[in-house]
Amino acid sequence: MREFWFYLKNGIIGENPILRLMIGLCSVLAVSVRVDNCLAMGAGVLFVLTCSSLVISLLRNFVPREVRIPIFIVVISTFTTIVDLVMQAYLPSLSRAMGVFIPLIVVNCIIMGRAEAFASRKPPLFALADALGMGIGYTLVITAIGVVREIFGYGELLSVRFLPASFQGMMFMILPPGAFFLIGIYIALLNRFVGRVKQ
Amino acid sequence: MSGELVMLLKILVSAAFVDNIILARYIGLCPYIGMSSNVANSVGMGMAVAFVMVLASCVTWALWNFVFLPLHLEYLRIMVFILVIAVLVQLVEILLKKNVPNLYRAMGIYLPLITTNCAILAVTFFGVDYGYSLLQVVVYSISVALGFTVALVLLAGIRERLRFSRVPSFYQGYPIVFIATALLAIAFLGFKGLVK
Repeated sequence: MREFWFYLKNGIIGENPILRLMIGLCSVLAVSVRVDNCLAMGAGVLFVLTCSSLVISLLRNFVPREVRIPIFIVVISTFTTIVDLVMQAYLPSLSRAMGVFIPLIVVNCIIMGRAEAFASRKPPLFALADALGMGIGYTLVITAIGVVREIFGYGELLSVRFLPASFQGMMFMILPPGAFFLIGIYIALLNRFVGRVKQ
Repeated sequence: MSGELVMLLKILVSAAFVDNIILARYIGLCPYIGMSSNVANSVGMGMAVAFVMVLASCVTWALWNFVFLPLHLEYLRIMVFILVIAVLVQLVEILLKKNVPNLYRAMGIYLPLITTNCAILAVTFFGVDYGYSLLQVVVYSISVALGFTVALVLLAGIRERLRFSRVPSFYQGYPIVFIATALLAIAFLGFKGLVK
């Protein structure tokens, strides 16, 4: 059980996928314009990551090494299709706002990376802990970026007015440069206060 | 005929510059950050991406229009497209290794990375979503790859210069790369409104 908590924490702080491992960046930058998009994206990634890690870990003794990548892809894309269809059916406006980035969960390097590096080698319980940790770490970072971008870009938080009406939204935060800038600053802050990335 | 040409030109300019896949649409960032440490590597990566992108979007376009739409299998799209890309990458790797060893040496190491490059999958999706004809899909995927390569080479050039500049200690490494990318993205905003 100690190991379970260790792997869970590892994904959130020690090896945070976004700020430490630099993987799965595309969706983070693309959908973090509004906080509700971030939460939905986080939930989607968490679901796909947890389910596929669990399945891949259960299958780990039956999959020949040579064909493991195609098998991982099939497992991951099954769960991604589920998320895509469920979002289209029940959250159509969110699904439209995030567009191509929901199907792109399938090529999110976090999921493939964890399947290859972790889930295919460890028993299901640890794979579950790792997937949950990574997923939560991902969701925390994407939400942290989304909060800043929504407050300064629109003056709103979760689509509710947050700053006084006289505040003019900063276009910079909504446009791509703002996202790149912000993630650069976040990594720098993490380096400054928590310690450097070991390279 | 000239109308068609103008359309193709529009696709080219908007896919390569206005809607640059990296700097305006945030797709394909992993290879962008990972492969941009020197100019030579980034050109190789750009070539490999262009090659696979054109092939993949042609194959998926044909599958989509001749198999998926008539049989109403749209919900299988994600799984089939990613598998097509994975198979294509493997095929290209084997063919190049056997027949064109020079080219294989130049871009072989980048090929395995391409399977999980979201830019390729995204382009195949956009190609069918926009309702392009086959010729337009080819032009579109070439221009996206061109935009990808331009952004990659530009960043690689910046990173080569950055090595000799004094960067605050906690900005060294990735943070300064992202700041440089932000400035590049601002420069690319200048293309907005070029294509109506």
